[in-house]
Amino acid sequence: MSNLKLISILKKYGKVKAIDNLNLEVQDGELVTLLGPSGCGKTTTLRTISGFLAPDSGDIYINDRRITDIPPERRGIGLVFQNYALWPHMTVFQNLAFGLQMRKLPKDEIKRRVKQRLETVRLEEYENRYPRELSGGQQQRVALARALVLEPDILLLDEPLSNLDALLREKMRFEIARIHKESGVTTVYVTHDQTEAMVISDRIIILNKGRIMQQGKPEDIYENPANKFVASFMGNTSFINGTVVGFNGKYTLVKTGDGLTIYGIGRKVKKGENVVIAVRPENVQFVLPPDIRGGMKSNNLFSMEIERETYIGEVVDYQLRIKSWSIRAKSAVSNKMTKGETVKIYLDPDKMPILSE
Amino acid sequence: MRKILMINKKLFIVTLEIILLLFSLLLIFGPMTSLALWSIADKWFWPNLLPQSIGLDYWRQALGVQKSLAIGAVSIIPAFFLSLMIAVITVITAMSIAIPAGYALAKYKIPFGMFIFFLFLMPNAFPQQPIFVNLLDIFTKIGLAGTIPGVIIVHILVGLVFGVWITSATFRSIPPQLEEAARSVGASGIRTFFRITLPLAAPGLLASSVFVFITSLDEFTGTFFIGLPFVITLPMTLYSSSGYNMQFASVIAIILLLPSMLFMMLIQKVLKAEYVGGMG
Ligand SMILES: Nc1ncnc2c1ncn2[C@@H]1O[C@H](COP(=O)(O)OP(=O)(O)OP(=O)(O)O)[C@@H](O)[C@H]1O
Ligand SMILES: [Mg+2]
Repeated sequence: MSNLKLISILKKYGKVKAIDNLNLEVQDGELVTLLGPSGCGKTTTLRTISGFLAPDSGDIYINDRRITDIPPERRGIGLVFQNYALWPHMTVFQNLAFGLQMRKLPKDEIKRRVKQRLETVRLEEYENRYPRELSGGQQQRVALARALVLEPDILLLDEPLSNLDALLREKMRFEIARIHKESGVTTVYVTHDQTEAMVISDRIIILNKGRIMQQGKPEDIYENPANKFVASFMGNTSFINGTVVGFNGKYTLVKTGDGLTIYGIGRKVKKGENVVIAVRPENVQFVLPPDIRGGMKSNNLFSMEIERETYIGEVVDYQLRIKSWSIRAKSAVSNKMTKGETVKIYLDPDKMPILSE
Repeated sequence: MRKILMINKKLFIVTLEIILLLFSLLLIFGPMTSLALWSIADKWFWPNLLPQSIGLDYWRQALGVQKSLAIGAVSIIPAFFLSLMIAVITVITAMSIAIPAGYALAKYKIPFGMFIFFLFLMPNAFPQQPIFVNLLDIFTKIGLAGTIPGVIIVHILVGLVFGVWITSATFRSIPPQLEEAARSVGASGIRTFFRITLPLAAPGLLASSVFVFITSLDEFTGTFFIGLPFVITLPMTLYSSSGYNMQFASVIAIILLLPSMLFMMLIQKVLKAEYVGGMG
């Protein structure tokens, strides 16, 4: 049973605030992902938690024990690095056994625990190999096993999949999710890959410039981005700028500079405010001629020109233009449209978040 | 057509490689052959291409098996052991300074770190003679001139240049994550150093020690100023005999070369050792 608490952590490099007053609580058994662009402070946060960096101010607690001034080797935190950091002069077995030896456990106990852990990452047969004799994915799993064999209170992973190829990365996402479920260890996971975060996280924390932009369940963040930064970071989002001109039931009306009126959901916006509408490809519906009947609302129906179409395998990716705005859309390959065609599209107002600029 | 061009290109590269190989062999073994010939030449007068008569007399004399009356001929056995002893002490002392110094330079932001580094480089950055002349002055005042400890100190100073340089480069090449990983599984800083850092640095440290060893064995200028006339190392005997007796000089030169060659082979072997491949 372990939880992790960061309270008002501040870390500056010169004038740059790498972590800017960060408050974070991770519950027992939870997997929290820090998601953000390069340089937003993810690694700095992990290094602060693990004790390799001292924060300028703020405190860190594990199970209500203050660990801010405790050296890394006595924090009970397991680490997995982006480049695995396996010790090249030790076999897989020795890599896992090292930490147990530091705890002065008896030999047969060490043997038992290493074997058991290698089983959970499915590498039983590789215990006598050296790291360089393993594939990237296998090295990754050894690194994970090495961190877990000590049954740490907290597990920290810094972009553990970024060195793997796309196929293996996808497989390992599920593998990590499974291992996390089995071990139930409280985990902080760092990535800049949105899909990866969506697959494995109980909770996602979006960071920008050392600050939390939004946190919540993957689907909540995706569907209700709190601001433009989050919306642009999650999904292939296009933006339309405008001004709030009124409200109609649960909908907010936005008028663009060039005269479009769009309905959407504005949670915290006021009349007259400059806003952006976040349009995701999956919320852009192509309306085929038979569909245009009385039943369909006439709001949010637009004629757009296809500016570019790209066949990407399972779907066709389009860039559509209306007046000065470009948006992205997708359709099934079976009804592929071509450049220059004009199409009717419907923007579902329930799925058009309106965000402050 | 394309294929022929490619084959030609390959052929050209192979030819070039062979020529380069032969050339470098000539560079290395040319002088060696001449040395070897000289060392066994009982009589070799101009303009003969090969010695008129050969024998191991000079080897016997040099190794002290046979008494010699030739000018400049001394038994080199005492000099050899003196050189060996000085080299061993130099390596041990220099490396016990170079390892912590190199580690500190590699891992910590030391104030004036660069300055300290230059201090180590000094003896080789400038012409050595003025430095050694000054050193002789100081050593004479404190009674170290002409003594073995004095010579050892000079050798350590010269050896530290390579020692600190190679050692710090070695430590710098070890990814810090390997050490952090060890800390995170509960190893203290000291344990991490001995169980992770040191084994990973071993090949580099060994190479560094070999460099210091060979430098000491071959060191001439400093020993000349500080050691003579009382401390006579192997290179000193080479100097004193080379003017008079080519055969003798050749024997000494070969003896001086042997440890270097042996160590070079050792380094080769160690650098090929398996786990080094995993470090890259
Ligand atoms: N040792 C350092 N000295 C100075 N600035 C640093 C140092 N380490 C990090 N920074 C700065 O702190 C900020 C956060 O860096 P950090 O490494 O935490 O980013 P990150 O989110 O892990 O990025 P990435 O996704 O590229 O790994 C960056 O602006 C970076 O330039
Ligand atoms: Mg990082």
